[in-house]
Amino acid sequence: MSAASTAEAPAYVANTKVGRFTDFVDERVGGSGILREFGRKVFPDHWSFMFGEVALYSFVILLMSGTFLTFFFDPSMAETHYAGSYTPLKNVEMSVAYSSSLDISFDVRGGLFMRQVHHWAALLFVASVAVHMLRVFFTGAFRKPREMNWVVGGVLLILAMAAGFTGYSLPDDLLSGNGLRIIDGVIKSIPVIGTYISFFLFGGEFPGTVIISRLYTLHILLVPALILLMIVVHLFMVVVHKHTQYPGPGRNDRNVVGYPLGPVYAAKAGGFFFIVFGVIALMAGFFTINPIWNYGPYDPSPVSAGTQPDWYIGWVDGALRLMPGVISGFHFEYIIFGHVLTLNVLLPALVPAGLVFTVLFTYPWIERWITKDNREHHVLDRPRNAPTRTAIGMAGFTFYCVMWAAASSDLIATHFHVALNDVTYWLRALFFIGPVIAFVVTKRVALALQRKDREIALHGRETGRIVRLPHGEFIEVHAPLDEYKRYKLVGFESLAPLPAQPNEHGVVTRKENRRAKLSRWFFEDRVAPATPAELEAGHGHHEAVEAGEGQKTLSH
Amino acid sequence: MGNHSDGSPNHSGTVATAGQHEVEKFQDPGLPPHRLRLADTDPKAAKRAERQVAALFATSVVGTVIFLVAYFAIDLGDDSSIATIRLQNALLGIGTAFAMLGIGTGIVHWAKALMPDHEVSEERHAIRTEDDRQAAVRIVDDIVEETGIKRRPLIRNTLLGAVALAPLPALAVFGDLGPRPDDKLAHTMWAPTDGKLKRLTRDPDGTPIKASDVTIGSAFHVIPEGLNELHEGKLNEKAKAVVLLMRLDPASLNPSAGRETWGYNGIVAYSKICTHVGCPVALYEQQTHHLLCPCHQSTFDLTQECKVIFGPASRPLPQLPIAVDDEGYLVATSDFKEPVGPSYWERDEHERSINS
Repeated sequence: MSAASTAEAPAYVANTKVGRFTDFVDERVGGSGILREFGRKVFPDHWSFMFGEVALYSFVILLMSGTFLTFFFDPSMAETHYAGSYTPLKNVEMSVAYSSSLDISFDVRGGLFMRQVHHWAALLFVASVAVHMLRVFFTGAFRKPREMNWVVGGVLLILAMAAGFTGYSLPDDLLSGNGLRIIDGVIKSIPVIGTYISFFLFGGEFPGTVIISRLYTLHILLVPALILLMIVVHLFMVVVHKHTQYPGPGRNDRNVVGYPLGPVYAAKAGGFFFIVFGVIALMAGFFTINPIWNYGPYDPSPVSAGTQPDWYIGWVDGALRLMPGVISGFHFEYIIFGHVLTLNVLLPALVPAGLVFTVLFTYPWIERWITKDNREHHVLDRPRNAPTRTAIGMAGFTFYCVMWAAASSDLIATHFHVALNDVTYWLRALFFIGPVIAFVVTKRVALALQRKDREIALHGRETGRIVRLPHGEFIEVHAPLDEYKRYKLVGFESLAPLPAQPNEHGVVTRKENRRAKLSRWFFEDRVAPATPAELEAGHGHHEAVEAGEGQKTLSH
Repeated sequence: MGNHSDGSPNHSGTVATAGQHEVEKFQDPGLPPHRLRLADTDPKAAKRAERQVAALFATSVVGTVIFLVAYFAIDLGDDSSIATIRLQNALLGIGTAFAMLGIGTGIVHWAKALMPDHEVSEERHAIRTEDDRQAAVRIVDDIVEETGIKRRPLIRNTLLGAVALAPLPALAVFGDLGPRPDDKLAHTMWAPTDGKLKRLTRDPDGTPIKASDVTIGSAFHVIPEGLNELHEGKLNEKAKAVVLLMRLDPASLNPSAGRETWGYNGIVAYSKICTHVGCPVALYEQQTHHLLCPCHQSTFDLTQECKVIFGPASRPLPQLPIAVDDEGYLVATSDFKEPVGPSYWERDEHERSINS
């Protein structure tokens, strides 16, 4: 924050000590240009912009707590007999990795706290990356010029899950060992090379003696390095593009409205780091996470009921659970030219995740192709003002959540006293119809909210004051909005379907026709923003509220 | 929605394009007037906010002290009890939380209450100027031209070939990450060594099981004799060899042709490794004779030779042929007649070679 307070440095003589110090450094290494550029850079402010910050800060906390853990953790799978202070496991045969994880928990002061900070921060990291991406999607922040940054964000999400999974397996306890067992089973289902990949990964048969140290290298070196690289690229692009802003009076695609970096924004963002840290510390202090001492060392034989992966792997595990192995006599595992194709594992492991990430990575270009919109967008959409996009997002989210719920099908069954098989049957049905329902409902809700916005913009807000008119009629008095509040409700662009257009040869191509159809599907249901003419005309007349009527009279 | 007709392809006049409806739109009223905060107008309120910020920072100091006291004053000792660790963990959590939240909320409160809260509007700049763009594109074109790569396809093609092949050593160098699978997955420890049949022993202590110990309705977790004495690769062998042993009323078992002798008096042994992705199928429902995998809920019916009746598995659990030796202990008469565990590409090949 010292840099922030020196933004006044352009005055010939620095007035503050920090300013003079900055001057000293600047005269020797330069950098006043950077400070001039960043010292007062404007950042828009909104609570939903915090999710990205939470992700960044939890990553910093992960690096700090993780470094501490590496000083005590030993990723060896050599066999040892536990000699630490946790009595129930005394003399139990286990791997050095598990034993050193127990030592961190019970014999290193603050070790358990650090482990819990690390695990909670990891859960929060993936969660905040995911929620941040939802925010970016639903507000249309991925549009030009930010498509590439959206892709970088998607890569970060995958890396975050990879970091989480490689770390989850390190303590070599029963639960994480079973997780690896499942990974091994999934890998073996890959045609042609699956068995080889499994043997190469585990250095022989499962579980072997090398997997923990190999995952350790990935977890503390390769994956965090890639994450760091991607974060740098991500933030660099944020600086290049400047931040998006929510629509409102005074905000448009040509400006950026907010607080200057120094001092207000830097103080808020910097202070927020400490708040994130404090909240994680509270969770680590009071909520047990991954009590590995309860699970015991990995052993291929026992397993406890109700096993769950960490939340972010749940959707893949849930997909594995939902897939039936046999449907009325048809086996999804069959033999083709003397080789085994085990689709009951391969399909659920690859298809849903492949689908989600393909759509995620290509969506900015799909929407751009449909709208033929090549303009830069720096003002966000309120989700209701892009009903079809919001509906697509909710459909995808529901698809994800059904699989995620399926990863807890056994717990749902035991908690709500219903048959496990029925839970699975319901979730199998929801896997297909859930996204459709979500799409339809979301779109209708978005359109309804848009109509409500129109009504408020045209007729004012409800005051709750009931007045009796001389002839006996009761009415509720509506108070008109001031122009700033009204602009927030009407200041958006409502895209209409874009019909097929001939190319330079005067031909409407088949591709263009498909695009026009999609455009129509995207935008045919729309509510146009209220216009000044409607406000004039519609004083007190409820009939004019319907968007279509207003729009039609205007456009003809 | 009355304006579906807007989508009609013949009616391009209604398509909203930028600027077309500018007249009909509400004009942007500009930034709302700035509203002063209490601290901006009332020096008392400003002083109060200042004290609040200072108090929050002081809380942080208290948190740091709590952390240090909890770290140094609580002795974990040689045999620390869970209660001590829990107490220390909670105090370290509280200490850190106060220390961090004190600073964090203090700074944020300072920024919100006392620092200038004027929203500023700044122009966005084009990502690059048109001038730069044209110059850059021209430079790239010139560079490509000067290399002559277009005019000399021989150079281009050999370079492409070389670059395409160059990463192969980087791939090949990982060849020693693991051994070739060969037929390792096809065999388990149950195969008789030197003609001596392996006894079924209890998991984990390795004591042999007498047929008379297995009462109807009971179930045993079983490992092969000699597993615990292994030094190398014990877990690898265990991951393939674990077995569930159960005794049912012989009448409820329906062995298929050729498998009548694989059980003994209603005692049957099945691989415990799920044929889905390899979790241990550890739950035995005694009344229904179902085996349930707790990981993905594949359910196998013992009375139908562990056929899949629910869940994602597609193949029955492999059965281990068992008999009784002279001393009345249960033994495996041979290895499994098929590879155990999750399916893999070469599995069918292995199964055929086992049975030939």
